[in-house]
Amino acid sequence: MSPESPLEFHHYHLLGIEDLEPSEIMTILDTAESMAEISRRDIKKVPTLRGKTVVNLFFEPSTRTRSSFELAAKRLSADIVNFSLTTSSVVKGETLKDTVRNLEAMAIDALVVRHSSSGAPHYIASFCRSHVINAGDGTHEHPTQALLDAYTIRQFKKRIKGLKVVIVGDILHSRVARSNLHLLRKLGAEVVLCGPPTLVPPEFSQLGAKIEYSLEKALVGADVVMMLRIQRERQKANYFPSIREYRQLYCLTPERFKLAKKDAIIMHPGPINRGIEIDSALADSVQSVILKQVENGVAIRMAVLYLLLGGKERESAD
Amino acid sequence: MSLLIKNGRVIDPSSRTDETLDILIENGKIKAISPRIDLKEAEIIDASRLVVAPGFIDMHVHLREPGEEYKEDIATGSLAAAKGGFTSICCMPNTRPPNDNSGITEYIITEAKKRAVVNVYPVAAITRGLAGEELTDMADLSQAGAIAFSDDGQPVANSLVMRRALEYSLLLDKLIIDHCEDKNLSAGGVMHEGEISLRLGLSGMPAAAEEIMIARDIILAQLTRARLHIAHISTKGGIELVRSAKKKGIPVTAEVTPHHLILSDDSLVNYDPNFKVNPPLRSAEHRQALLEGLKDGTIDIIATDHAPHTPEEKDVEFDLAPFGLIGLETAVSLMLDRFVHKNIISLERLIDLMSCRPARLLGLKNKGRIALGADADLTILNLRQEVVVDVQRFASKSRNCPFHGWKLKGAVALTIVGGRIVYRA
Repeated sequence: MSPESPLEFHHYHLLGIEDLEPSEIMTILDTAESMAEISRRDIKKVPTLRGKTVVNLFFEPSTRTRSSFELAAKRLSADIVNFSLTTSSVVKGETLKDTVRNLEAMAIDALVVRHSSSGAPHYIASFCRSHVINAGDGTHEHPTQALLDAYTIRQFKKRIKGLKVVIVGDILHSRVARSNLHLLRKLGAEVVLCGPPTLVPPEFSQLGAKIEYSLEKALVGADVVMMLRIQRERQKANYFPSIREYRQLYCLTPERFKLAKKDAIIMHPGPINRGIEIDSALADSVQSVILKQVENGVAIRMAVLYLLLGGKERESAD
Repeated sequence: MSLLIKNGRVIDPSSRTDETLDILIENGKIKAISPRIDLKEAEIIDASRLVVAPGFIDMHVHLREPGEEYKEDIATGSLAAAKGGFTSICCMPNTRPPNDNSGITEYIITEAKKRAVVNVYPVAAITRGLAGEELTDMADLSQAGAIAFSDDGQPVANSLVMRRALEYSLLLDKLIIDHCEDKNLSAGGVMHEGEISLRLGLSGMPAAAEEIMIARDIILAQLTRARLHIAHISTKGGIELVRSAKKKGIPVTAEVTPHHLILSDDSLVNYDPNFKVNPPLRSAEHRQALLEGLKDGTIDIIATDHAPHTPEEKDVEFDLAPFGLIGLETAVSLMLDRFVHKNIISLERLIDLMSCRPARLLGLKNKGRIALGADADLTILNLRQEVVVDVQRFASKSRNCPFHGWKLKGAVALTIVGGRIVYRA
């Protein structure tokens, strides 16, 4: 990276994509480019955040995101502590505020928060001194996922502006869809949301999305197809009648995928329900960039940690 | 001891009065009203430049006693009412245990006589345990002093039960106060369903959940001819339903809260649980419809739905926080500042909304008017006084008010209940 150039990033926390300027998104993506190089080195570590303490505060199960943040912090030489629901005092009825204050009393620098309540990171940010990074809040946002998705799209498509990105599945409950919608719209992509009407409320069009209930129609001319995980619990709440019917209508099959552009890529934030929202072979095909997303996640999270925590040490980052 | 209020601008919509008058109070009643009364031995209140109105009545308050006295109790709730200019309040039955039997009703009345500074009228439950299944002993409750009936917060889902409640209320000529919400349709919701809820990733409660039950209960009111009062109306569709029902002569009335008139769902963008309330703050379109209803008379009264919760209960993740906000101490200033001073409604209309009509709906014959022999319940207003809302100075035990820091013009100067000064600014 070139530390001489002023970095366009002016936030103390990373709570969501909605608050970011397009230039700030570009800063994160560009910073991630240089971070990616570190992970390819023989010795995958730089001293940039030495002496900084990051806490992974996870109130929901997660392997991918938590490990990704952990590796990102470690590659920048920050110390990281994992704190998850099962091992916390939350089970003893402690409030979120008390939990965070106790952690802060131990002189930490950043909190990476995953929580089932939308707005929980915003709530934490309202009273704590540390930098708060939203690692997924309820059905609200998952900013680092959208950033790594954008990074991956840019890697394969060399641009984002003007692309047609189709996001398929449970849009209503998806923080990934929301963050991606905000980000891709800010960077000038066309976003088509696809799923049954029960899971794609019309208000999404007010956020700049196009809505298409038919997967076939949505796929025509798509540059990027992003499949979302469908949760079985949604069927119990009558969002769709059965997994069987959902699969018939919304599973990405090789036949359907032919409707997209020839060089279209397939993305999925994971974990995948093979054979439900995506055909298993397709998930492993050459057009699938699912594992690339995971790889890029580390670089994006390194970039975010660096931009928030780097401070004056930024100059010595290289 | 007599009390003489001199030189006040006396406004009483019930008698179309608006003139400068002296009012003499003796033994808790209004003894004389005249352009000039002189009486040496009376305590004199100089009300020049102040407005003297019949005492304000809040038909929708949660006092939390018995059972949740850590949030509010009869004494503190009544102090908050007095400070807010209310001389009478009706307390909702969702206490612990709920007010579904005459024992609880009598307890509230007895305790209020001992500890409350304003008149407290218990609203009893429609169904036992607010469970929506069996009617309470409504005649017995009425005898014990229940002023109206409501399953507030737990609306009666079963149409047959609601029909029976309305029919049976004819025996007592008491109002059924209806919290309209189809709980299946609003299940899991924490705010108004719309663009903002979608953006915030918070589960929505659609306007339809309120509108459906308003429609059903208006139809049942038409069937039974019983008096139905829609509590805290918040939706455009609800306003349209009430408006058309009134045109047809169906005995339905409606109340609105200051917060639904003033705030909308965009206030929730910072996930502040002090804005979390049920019915939820709706979108601007609904708020506009409420304003229209306020202006054209579709709305009959203003009520606060004062719902105290402690700071600890509200200081949590948004979806975990309880619904409700407190309104007793801000309602009058909000209504004066936002609606009277902005010429959206007249001062006379405000007094009608906050005093005359609630008294009439509740059958309180000696309240809601300034007349010889009427109860000496008076709310005295200083229209020019500017106030800054400061929750730390509230008389209520709770602080869950979204208007903290708001600068408002128009305030309560004095509250008089039964001839006794219970609040003086």
